[in-house]
Amino acid sequence: MAVISIERMGLLSVVCVSLFFSSTFAVDRGNFKTCDQSAFCKRQRALKPGQSPYRALLETLELSDSRLTLQLINDNNKVHLLLELYRLQGNMTRVKINELKPLKPRFEVPDVLIAEPPTEPLSVLSKDDNGVVLSLGAENQRLIVSARPFRLDIMEGPEVLLSLNSRGLLAFEHLRLHKDTQAQADGAEVKESVDGDQQQDEGKKDEDGESEKEEDGLWEETFKSHTDTKPNGPTSISLDFSLPGVEHVYGIPEHADDLKLKTTDGGDPYRLYNLDVFQYELYNPMALYGSIPVMLAHNTQRTMGIFWLNAAETWVDISSNTAGKTVFGKMLDFVQGSSEKPQTDVRWISESGIIDVFIMLGPKPSKVFSQYASLTGTQSFPPLASLGYHQCRWNYNDQEDVKSVDQGFDQHDIPYDFIWLDIEHADGKRYFTWDPHKFPQPKEMLQGLMDKRRKMVSIVDPHIRVDSGYKIHNEITSKDFYVKNKDGKNYEGWCWPGNSGYPDFTKPEMRAWWASMFAYDQYEGSMENLFTWNDMNEPSVFNGPEVTMHKDALHGKWEHRDIHNIYGLYVQMATAEGQIQRSGGVERPFVLTRAFFAGSQRYGAVWTGDNAAEWDHLKISIPMCLSLGLVGVSFCGADVGGFFKNPSTELLVRWYQTGAYQPFFRAHAHLDTTRREPWLFGPENTALIREVIRQRYALLPYWYQLFYQAHKTGMPVMRPLWVDYPKDTATFTIDDEFLIGSDLLVHPVTEEGSRGVTAYLPGAEEVWYDVHTFQKHNGAQNLYIPVTLSSIPVFQRGGSIIPRKDRVRRSSTCMENDPYTLYVALSPKKFAEGELYIDDGHSFNYDTKKEFIHRSLTFANNALTSSNLCPDCNFLTSSWIEKVLILGASKPSKVLLKMDGKETPVDFEFDTSMSVLTLRKPGMNAGADWTLLLQYQRYFQC
Amino acid sequence: MTCLHLLLTLVFAVSLGTPVEIQRPRGVPLTKKQFYEESKPFTCLDGSRTIPFDRVNDDYCDCKDGSDEPGTAACPNGSFHCTNAGYRPMFIPSSRINDGICGKMTLHLDISPQQCSMHGMVLHLKFFLCTDCCDTTDEYNSGAKCENTCKELGRKEREVLQKMAEITKEGFLLKQQLIEEAKKGQQEKQSKVTDMQENKKQLDEKVEALRTVKETAEQPEKEAKERHLKAWEEQKAAIRLEKDKAKMAETFLELDDNADGFVSVSELQSHAELDPDADGTLTEIEAQGLMGGAEQVDTSTFESVWPKIKDKYHSESQAEEPAPVETPPDEVKEPVVDNDSEPYPEDDISEEEDEDDEDEDDYHEDDDKAQPTIKTPEKTHEDEEAMPPYDADTQALIDAAQKARDDFEEAEKALREMDDQIRNIEKELSFDFGPDAEFTYLYSQCYELTTSEYIYRLCPFNRVSQKPKYGGSETNLGTWGSWSGPENNKYLLMKYEQGTGCWQGPNRSTTVKLTCGKETVVTSTSEPSRCEYLMEFTTPAVCQEPANIDPSPHDHVEL
Repeated sequence: MAVISIERMGLLSVVCVSLFFSSTFAVDRGNFKTCDQSAFCKRQRALKPGQSPYRALLETLELSDSRLTLQLINDNNKVHLLLELYRLQGNMTRVKINELKPLKPRFEVPDVLIAEPPTEPLSVLSKDDNGVVLSLGAENQRLIVSARPFRLDIMEGPEVLLSLNSRGLLAFEHLRLHKDTQAQADGAEVKESVDGDQQQDEGKKDEDGESEKEEDGLWEETFKSHTDTKPNGPTSISLDFSLPGVEHVYGIPEHADDLKLKTTDGGDPYRLYNLDVFQYELYNPMALYGSIPVMLAHNTQRTMGIFWLNAAETWVDISSNTAGKTVFGKMLDFVQGSSEKPQTDVRWISESGIIDVFIMLGPKPSKVFSQYASLTGTQSFPPLASLGYHQCRWNYNDQEDVKSVDQGFDQHDIPYDFIWLDIEHADGKRYFTWDPHKFPQPKEMLQGLMDKRRKMVSIVDPHIRVDSGYKIHNEITSKDFYVKNKDGKNYEGWCWPGNSGYPDFTKPEMRAWWASMFAYDQYEGSMENLFTWNDMNEPSVFNGPEVTMHKDALHGKWEHRDIHNIYGLYVQMATAEGQIQRSGGVERPFVLTRAFFAGSQRYGAVWTGDNAAEWDHLKISIPMCLSLGLVGVSFCGADVGGFFKNPSTELLVRWYQTGAYQPFFRAHAHLDTTRREPWLFGPENTALIREVIRQRYALLPYWYQLFYQAHKTGMPVMRPLWVDYPKDTATFTIDDEFLIGSDLLVHPVTEEGSRGVTAYLPGAEEVWYDVHTFQKHNGAQNLYIPVTLSSIPVFQRGGSIIPRKDRVRRSSTCMENDPYTLYVALSPKKFAEGELYIDDGHSFNYDTKKEFIHRSLTFANNALTSSNLCPDCNFLTSSWIEKVLILGASKPSKVLLKMDGKETPVDFEFDTSMSVLTLRKPGMNAGADWTLLLQYQRYFQC
Repeated sequence: MTCLHLLLTLVFAVSLGTPVEIQRPRGVPLTKKQFYEESKPFTCLDGSRTIPFDRVNDDYCDCKDGSDEPGTAACPNGSFHCTNAGYRPMFIPSSRINDGICGKMTLHLDISPQQCSMHGMVLHLKFFLCTDCCDTTDEYNSGAKCENTCKELGRKEREVLQKMAEITKEGFLLKQQLIEEAKKGQQEKQSKVTDMQENKKQLDEKVEALRTVKETAEQPEKEAKERHLKAWEEQKAAIRLEKDKAKMAETFLELDDNADGFVSVSELQSHAELDPDADGTLTEIEAQGLMGGAEQVDTSTFESVWPKIKDKYHSESQAEEPAPVETPPDEVKEPVVDNDSEPYPEDDISEEEDEDDEDEDDYHEDDDKAQPTIKTPEKTHEDEEAMPPYDADTQALIDAAQKARDDFEEAEKALREMDDQIRNIEKELSFDFGPDAEFTYLYSQCYELTTSEYIYRLCPFNRVSQKPKYGGSETNLGTWGSWSGPENNKYLLMKYEQGTGCWQGPNRSTTVKLTCGKETVVTSTSEPSRCEYLMEFTTPAVCQEPANIDPSPHDHVEL
């Protein structure tokens, strides 16, 4: 293949040599900016905490019932800003700051909020010369606007929950004319670009009126060989947030780092700038493929969120007054009572746009999730099949290859749902086409998969080959849909096909046209079981600055600088819309994306990009997906096996065991790696992989129900422990294990040659059952679990009921009518509850026609009852309950099924050693009302 | 034999056209009917427990081994038996019951026999459908509308089998021929080697004899040549002396300006070039020094002066003559001899090797270019006085020695060639050409397959290569490594290794899969993994002896 691809790359090869075949395995850090190399970040970061030069002009205060406006003035440069405050429904506050009279409009990010957030009335409690006190509603919450210097504090009772500009880092670089065009631009005015002149030591320097030349990068900035022309000059913004009482902050993906965010003192801030990072490094704050500017703050009392709605390059600094302290030091403080309250300070810096912040006040984690969901929407409800196993590789070479891999799964009796085609499937990387030699009959191939009730994904990237013989290119050109360079010509850059254009996905007309390209008659060779993968949508531009688009490229009147981080979202949005439209709005789409932004959860799945076959990459997949889950993106996964390099067999098996318990479960491999379909590593390893994939399929009803829940409520599917145990500080930094929903605890084995893992079982009141042995363990303990290569430590929470489909099939679709087994894990109080959700698995009928079954399952007082959570829903299933396992039960004398007014005895078995009661074939329909009654001797005597 | 009997019973029933299904639980093969007796409780086939018979096929898994649910998908490890009248009976995993997937009428290549040979049903065929039942009995309750494709499948299979049988039969015949030929060839080669070794011995002796003859002839030749050379050297010395004397006399005359028969100091001083301290003037004292302190010298005394001045002295008659140009030493460079026989000819194996020929052409081209740069020796002064030809006696000795040398070299060359030949044959004989040497005929051959982009070329036991169809250089996809088939038949796969290195990857390698065919052809190539190629190759050499038993037992159905 090397021969072919090198030839095919043609001119591209030169670029690719340096970018894609670097001889050592590590990111080339030099390709990406540090804060120091990003002029605005350097400028802003040079500004140290101190007194803010901003003052609120209270006399300008205007209050409509839901909106308060107030002007701010920077006493150094006299530039006026407009502050808008909104109290939003669901316990949120929105803070917007823009220039009062900007030279021209500043960019405000559209299409992220699902609607204009509904507001609630604000009322002024008190007002004097020093400020205004506003009521935030029932919970004794107030918003205090201090005038001089300007700051905002949100209080609950006597406690400050969060302060804005308390460190004086509000900095708003107003739009200005270039000194070339405005001769009388005075030095102070220009210098004020960093706004705050409050630093005494630097103050003098400022007054000297040093010319703008001193301040590099205001009107032009060069990185490596790329010059950013910055026709609008400096436009960056910054604001600080203080979180008293908070020691743990999370979120702001995507970073290959721990779940708990670290302080950034002495290092670079966390960077949010969607980039195609070749062979990314772990445990650092460098930017990756996607950006979600949402941070959660958590302590035992409260969880809050900060959503910084800005799509430009953004850096986030975190500092903490307890960061340097050891546990002992903290203890000492505590004992001596001399401790200052722990506090985390956060500072957001963005290159352009406005300040538009949503403060989500929780207080419970679930509340923060629903608050954020109310703003940006919830996880799309994926087709059931997409929760199955995905087999991918760059590349499945041809139709014959696809067929033989497909047969391989049957031959080895391993289920799978999707087989994927990477870039080589298209004719010369012209997406929406097929290589005529390798894939001459795509429909025949798709039909073959359909006969097996399986599906396929083909890649459709947003870079379009500039080729006058290519329909897609010609149409985009003729409709003038390409992104423009600073000179107004079509922007061109290098990507897989060579010279490529980039459609302007920020244009609604462009997105509509793109969506129409997925129609069956447009995308030739496509069928209803073909879905889509959007890669390289950061966008990746091989020869661009930091492997992405030039910031001075133009999207209509906006610069790429303004919209960069949302480009990828738009690509997936348009693609998902295309899939919906092709079915006449009936079928749910499935689209995987690499780049993402706040709101991307509405359009499909996300994966963690081009990872590597290394143990550390397996480990990092957990915090990376946990972080995404916290900020709305539940459908997350990492390439199983690792994309670059060849995994050892042990690593591959462990990765399957981990991936099977993560939301998006796809194996993928680089072109240069050796083949690694599950059966290529000897019968023992095939058996191990088969077993774990089967475990995944057995749990599909649970996964599906959790995704339904995520779709309805915004609750993450894969969660950090603290989400369910918010008061248990031991859980706050755990990111080597996680919860699936509330009821499954997974501690994957991610160490080479591991003989045991120590899992933390949370909850002093809880018991946890090993799902393989049914052995019961108490909560709030560190449990050492000896492991072999076949072990996957998974526990079901006592008090939960998990429906499974234990029958082994070839694909999830084949399981449609299979019966359920209910795993009822009793709490110490002999109680358990769960849910069962069933629909057709693929259409929007659950939404449009209420065609679904949603049942509540409750075990209490020795009776397991199924009751209807949606009485006005209608959906018929032929699935039934074949078995009920009650873990932690005692042996009844009799079991009765009560249904339709009749009572029938049910056979059962009891395993004394593990206290497992198995009810044999109760047989009721999964959608029916029923009660299973366990009778004990004393009742029997009556 | 009970099972055969039972099978025949069923078959008989079917063949009568009365579809009498012998009563037994769904999914149970006749061979196991005895374990499923309706009147008795059922004991799991692994003996683990006994359950009431109404729990057999009740869609609930009671037995760990899945034996209570042969006709439902309840057990994860169960297997379902379908009769597939018209095709062949088979077992499928019970997980495929009612999964909505019909038995597609496709003949699956390369389904491994193990997968289909569950429960002792051994199948030797590679063409087989074993994922679903063609008689649709596995989809009795799924809503899938399946068609019974057994008849057609059976027909197709028979066609395939027949074709295969024909191929196998013919292939096997061809194989026999190949074996014959190989054996013959091998014998021939063996005896040839023996002969050659015998010949070689003689040749060895001959070479030794000729060496002696050569050496014997070379001794007198050498002596005669030395004599001749010595004589010539002496002659040359005499001539040189003569010339010097003449020059001295001439110089004397030239210097003796006043012709008084003496060369005086002043006369000598007129030749400033003789200045010993090179300050441009020849002083009187210096001149005197040259003349040994005398004021003048006569001709005989001049003899002692002459050696001091002869090197510097400019003849007045030819004062303008430039100093003799220094000539490069006569390079003793042998012209490149175009050896017809290469030193190691073992590599050129077939006549088809265009590529190698091309390489050689390139090589020669380089030589051609190189040749003009060899300097032709310039004539030197000394050559002017060429050595006189050898006298007749010497020449005769030389000729004799030359002939002895030629004879010796020719014999030696013949010996070398024979060594090479022997080595080649021995190398060929050392290859593992299969248990009956049936693969011998592939040696020295090459087979090509042209795809849309490349020409692939397999030279068995040598190398595999790939060349772009429209120009570009050839890539080595591996050189012969070893047979690498499974233990029971390693001759089904060939492994070629250590081809051209892949960028950032391993060296290219190729696995060649051999299947029975009448023709010897490369049928396909692919690159399943980066830089690991797979080539399919048909040859009669792997055709197995057609089985005596009928390969398709279901043919009984047609009785």
